[in-house]
Amino acid sequence: MDIDPLMLSRIQFAFTISFHILFPAFTIGLANWIMVLEGLWLRTGRDVYRRLSEFWTKIFAISFGMGVVSGIVMSYQFGTNWSRWSDITGNVLGPLIQYEVITAFFLEAAFLGILLFGRDKVPRGMHFFAALMVAMGTIISSFWILSSNSWLHTPAGFEIRDGRFFVTSWWEVVFNPSFPYRLAHMVTAAFLTTSFVIAGISAWYMLKGRFPEYTRINYPMAMGMIVVLAPLQILLGDLHGLKTMEMQPAKIAAMEGHWEGGAGAPLILFALPDMAAEENHYEIGIPYLSSLILTHELDGVVPGLKEFAPEDRPYMPIVFWTFRIMVGIGFLMLFVGAAYAFLRWRGRAFETRWLHWLSVAMTPAGFVAIIAGWFTTEIGRQPWMVQGLVRTADGVTPSLTAGGALTSLVTFMVTYALIFTAGTYYILRLLQLGPQPHRGETTKNARLDTGRPKRPLSATDEAIEPAE
Amino acid sequence: MEWWQDLTLIWTGIVAFAIVMYVLMDGFDLGLGILFPFAGRHEDRDVMMNSVAPVWDFNETWLILGGAGLFAAFPLAYAVILPALYLPLLAMLIALIFRGVAFEFRFKAKSSRYLWDASFHFGSLVATFAQGMALGAFIQGFTVENRSYVGGMFDWFSLFSLFTGVALVLGYALLGCGWLIWRTEGTLQAWAYKLSKPLFLGVIGFISLVSVWTPLANETIAARWFTWPNILYLSPVPILTVGLGLLFWRAINNRREVQPFLLSMGLFLLSFAGLAVSLWPNVIPPDISIWDAASPPETQEFLLVGMAFLIPTIVIYTIYSYYVFRGKITEDAGYH
Repeated sequence: MDIDPLMLSRIQFAFTISFHILFPAFTIGLANWIMVLEGLWLRTGRDVYRRLSEFWTKIFAISFGMGVVSGIVMSYQFGTNWSRWSDITGNVLGPLIQYEVITAFFLEAAFLGILLFGRDKVPRGMHFFAALMVAMGTIISSFWILSSNSWLHTPAGFEIRDGRFFVTSWWEVVFNPSFPYRLAHMVTAAFLTTSFVIAGISAWYMLKGRFPEYTRINYPMAMGMIVVLAPLQILLGDLHGLKTMEMQPAKIAAMEGHWEGGAGAPLILFALPDMAAEENHYEIGIPYLSSLILTHELDGVVPGLKEFAPEDRPYMPIVFWTFRIMVGIGFLMLFVGAAYAFLRWRGRAFETRWLHWLSVAMTPAGFVAIIAGWFTTEIGRQPWMVQGLVRTADGVTPSLTAGGALTSLVTFMVTYALIFTAGTYYILRLLQLGPQPHRGETTKNARLDTGRPKRPLSATDEAIEPAE
Repeated sequence: MEWWQDLTLIWTGIVAFAIVMYVLMDGFDLGLGILFPFAGRHEDRDVMMNSVAPVWDFNETWLILGGAGLFAAFPLAYAVILPALYLPLLAMLIALIFRGVAFEFRFKAKSSRYLWDASFHFGSLVATFAQGMALGAFIQGFTVENRSYVGGMFDWFSLFSLFTGVALVLGYALLGCGWLIWRTEGTLQAWAYKLSKPLFLGVIGFISLVSVWTPLANETIAARWFTWPNILYLSPVPILTVGLGLLFWRAINNRREVQPFLLSMGLFLLSFAGLAVSLWPNVIPPDISIWDAASPPETQEFLLVGMAFLIPTIVIYTIYSYYVFRGKITEDAGYH
């Protein structure tokens, strides 16, 4: 591996986007969850919904803030490190990103202020509306960013003149072939991620015997989502995979660990792929199963990596293993959902401790699966920046020096490590405190009515760190 | 002139609007961060932060709009300017991260609060200084060959860009000062009043210096301003600046509350107008025009359709959001 600006920029992009994606992945689901709680409160007036909403809003505030600041980095990094790519694809992708900003980011940012600080300044209905707008903003944002990302995998609706892309059909650009699959797969992943976090934290409270009135609401709602979404996600993943085989066969070959394509291919469970030797070591597989999954026929023909020139091959060992991590977690999720459904049917869902321990253990499962899935799809696209048309090596900024790229990479790593540690620490403190009843409710409301913003962006109104 | 050239003009207006909005809106909250440690009492510092807590991330969204707008409407400018400013932009991004999370973390921390205080102040200071240096480097221009920036990693660094860096720090501090006069009362407001005159003089001093320096260093810009009849048409810019200064002085003396903020924004608008005159019609100084760098009409049209009604919508909910959080911000915010 050469330590050149290209490799450093690739590592930096992978690092910053992997970090960034954790927050949207969590906040998409959480925003919708808060919206539901706010809606329930508006409708029933039961205080427990409001307290739950306030509790999750605090956690949302921290995650969203970290998502915003790491997102600004993304919108500048295209230009600083991938300037050739920006020039080549700007006519096509610029407007999609711009639409994301004007349809989603402003919506989220404007109504987030009202959601966090405006409860006593606006009518109840308006406060719910703010929660709805924030939730909608997260979905709209996913729409545009996944459309742009999908276009890199399955470009459509363009022509190339003087080495740059020009649009011939916006419809085809936005709704490019892999976009519907990717959008459905990613949004479902985001909802699953949030559901597992909520389920895990609720299970933790149940094991500790804390906040029974909250967990009675939280846990079944989160688990109900998992029961529905876990099998749906596997189905969506399968459809996404079939589309990928049609559009990006080299990626499928790398995911499956197939060097030789052909009929009746085995499903490889374990292998150590060797790029130089063009073969797998210690391979264990189930005969015919890969063909059956990918073509729905026992002797269906699947692609092999040797069909592609060596310089056109993605790096199989990473793609192969990240794919297995993602799928493995997917089936674990399915198991959790099934176990809950069964125990619920037997009326034991709130008493079965092993299920609660399992839920706790699965709290970060969605994040891991999402990162693994993105590694699979993005490294699987290599060496292409725009599939089949522009190589990653041709997209990097020509003026960038190794020293410059190394400086930024190290700076981002140190910064993100610090911020992430602090953010995680404060979120854990909030979780340890748990949902709080309104202390001194009357006096505080009296003060809140004077029409002043009371709180910082976070919705906690006191320090959560013990004084030393 | 072909019809689509007008579209490019519209887009120039939109990107310029986004940049002005960013500078004005994030300017005052970055300015608060710059002034932050100098406020005498820690209650005052809480108030300063509370006053922008509901809107800071909204203000920062204009920065993303500016970046994304450049990418969409002038991809060449995006592809040249960002690499040329690699290091100052890195500094700005990192600073904005530390400053942004300080809003989240500061009120949750007790023993480590001083760390987030520092993070808020230095984040604001470094981000502003980096933006100011980037502006200076932009005025001085970039070396471009074959649609790529070909200069070095440190071309942005010069005495001139150091000056524009300091100028912007003072300028944002002035905006922050105006915001405090408007939105606070008591000791904090009194402090802001006291600070406003020296800050204003400092800003005027730097604006004059940069205004003299720019044409001296650049013949094209000198010719733009100092030839007949341009000098006549352009004379309102400096004359208005002087008039605005007098108004500002009077507003402070008469203890007006809203005027100082509006007038300091006016000062920024005039400087921006002056800059536009100097650089027109280039989007990558010294010689790549907005038309050279523009994306093709089909791209500009597609985006304009959405912008036509989304920008007004955004302006409406900006106003609404500020309306909800109107009024003086005081100390009894319930912190311990």
